[in-house]
Amino acid sequence: MEKRLGYWLIAPAAITILLVAIYPIISVYILSLTERLLSLGIDRFIWLQNYQKLLTDPRFWNAFTNTCIFTGVSVSLELLLGLAIALFINRPFSLRGIIRAAVLLPWAIPTVVSAKMWAWIFNTDLGILNYALQSFGIISSNLNWLGEPTLALGSAIIVDVWKTTPFAALLLLAGLQIIPDDLYKAASVDGASNWQKFWHITLPHLKPIMLIVLLFRTLDAFRIFDSIYILTGGGPANSTETLSIYAYKILFQTLDFGYGSTIAVSVFIFVVLISLIYIFVLRKQGSLLNE
Amino acid sequence: MNRWVRRSGFYLGLSILCFWLAGPVIWQFITSLKSNAILTSLPPVLPDKIVFSHYTNVFTERPFARIILNSFIVASCTTIYCLAIGLLAGTSLSILKFKWRKTFLAIVLSVSMFPPIATVSPLYLIIRAIGLRDTYLALIFPYATFALPLSIWILTNFIAEIPSELYKAARIDGCSPMQALFKVIFPLAAPGVFTCAILVFIFAWNEFLYALTFTTTTNSRTIPVAIALFPGLHEVPWGEIAAASIIVTLPLVVLVFFAQKRIISGLTAGSIKG
Repeated sequence: MEKRLGYWLIAPAAITILLVAIYPIISVYILSLTERLLSLGIDRFIWLQNYQKLLTDPRFWNAFTNTCIFTGVSVSLELLLGLAIALFINRPFSLRGIIRAAVLLPWAIPTVVSAKMWAWIFNTDLGILNYALQSFGIISSNLNWLGEPTLALGSAIIVDVWKTTPFAALLLLAGLQIIPDDLYKAASVDGASNWQKFWHITLPHLKPIMLIVLLFRTLDAFRIFDSIYILTGGGPANSTETLSIYAYKILFQTLDFGYGSTIAVSVFIFVVLISLIYIFVLRKQGSLLNE
Repeated sequence: MNRWVRRSGFYLGLSILCFWLAGPVIWQFITSLKSNAILTSLPPVLPDKIVFSHYTNVFTERPFARIILNSFIVASCTTIYCLAIGLLAGTSLSILKFKWRKTFLAIVLSVSMFPPIATVSPLYLIIRAIGLRDTYLALIFPYATFALPLSIWILTNFIAEIPSELYKAARIDGCSPMQALFKVIFPLAAPGVFTCAILVFIFAWNEFLYALTFTTTTNSRTIPVAIALFPGLHEVPWGEIAAASIIVTLPLVVLVFFAQKRIISGLTAGSIKG
């Protein structure tokens, strides 16, 4: 009786996942093997031709490089800053509740809204950033933060770091709080310095949660879409065009569903590869802990 | 003396942190209170006269009330739908010892890692084919791709902490399986459901890619899309964008302030335990 009920209770969730996730992911692979132009009504099977095109498409490799730079730089900054914030607020003080709420604020705000906020801050003539930098004499003329190919990707990284460091900080803080206090006391008795305590107690205990933060953040940063769509739309001169932005443009501006789906599949494949690498490392970690 | 220096150093650091976190929001708030005349120059940093016209404009000259309603309906329905079926699935996995528990959870976890761009083109074709474009359903079902795995993950972990002896005891006392679930297990799962509901609601409220693709008019357009596409007659309406941003951020600030412990426990659930 229980066994039957178990099947019935899981059925709605299983069917939903099948329809909205499994079917589309299989379907996108099939789409990537077709030439499908919605505006012209063309729909034919072309085997791997889209993939041939992909490998020799300079715009694809540009988007791939941008995505990798964006992911690498923003995720490292988020982990370092998140760790610094977590260590900093991991102590009792009176305003703790308010600070924790403030840390959650950027996380809770819609990405679109945070991108618009920063677009206004970055505005060339009316932005507060240029005004402040000029007032302090750091720059002599206004910088075009979002319109200059050398600056735009960096600006997008700042917005992402602002928005997502809190997530890293809070997970790391939770990790810090489960490290037994006795370890630090014993180390103090043995005359360890703060630096030694950090290096020999905090870091090793934090390693598993750091890997999980890295996994979540890497997967999230690799599929970046919202903030770049708002800030630059992929410009100037494709200098901020990431894989998701490129796929979106080919899909919904060119209406080329075959090639667009091929780029989308490439994002999926990279995400799977990243997950596999992290799972491999986490497994290794886990077995080390068991020994 | 040394202690005093350290303490003031700590509070200085705290102020810098708060400035970095809240600064952009505060600047947006100040912007929303400036008149258009003042917005086109800098300085002044602060307005000499506070105007509320941007706040009234988003409701009178734009259909912002309808947009907020759309977002509210979509986020609520996603939350109710995913939590209801997520609670059933979590119960099946944790209490009734569903046979393929591990396999199912592995599938759920990998679905939660799907990049939305990879599923957007097939979903678009399905939605177009069955004529759901620009309806609430065109968002509620696709939102299950991220909301349902999250719900199942959090609720399964939460229900696993409820001793299954309670369920067995209720069964021995003569409850039917359904009665035992409704009278014993579900009430105990309520805090987990509440935590999960807050997270799912925030994620659905903030979603952009699907909403941008599957909506075309005010009929179903949600807040992020509306703000992204805010049309200006001659120039970008920064004042109104700022006002709209503040309006949609306010409920989130309240939520974060009162439910911070739940949000943090929900975010860390599963990841700490691994």
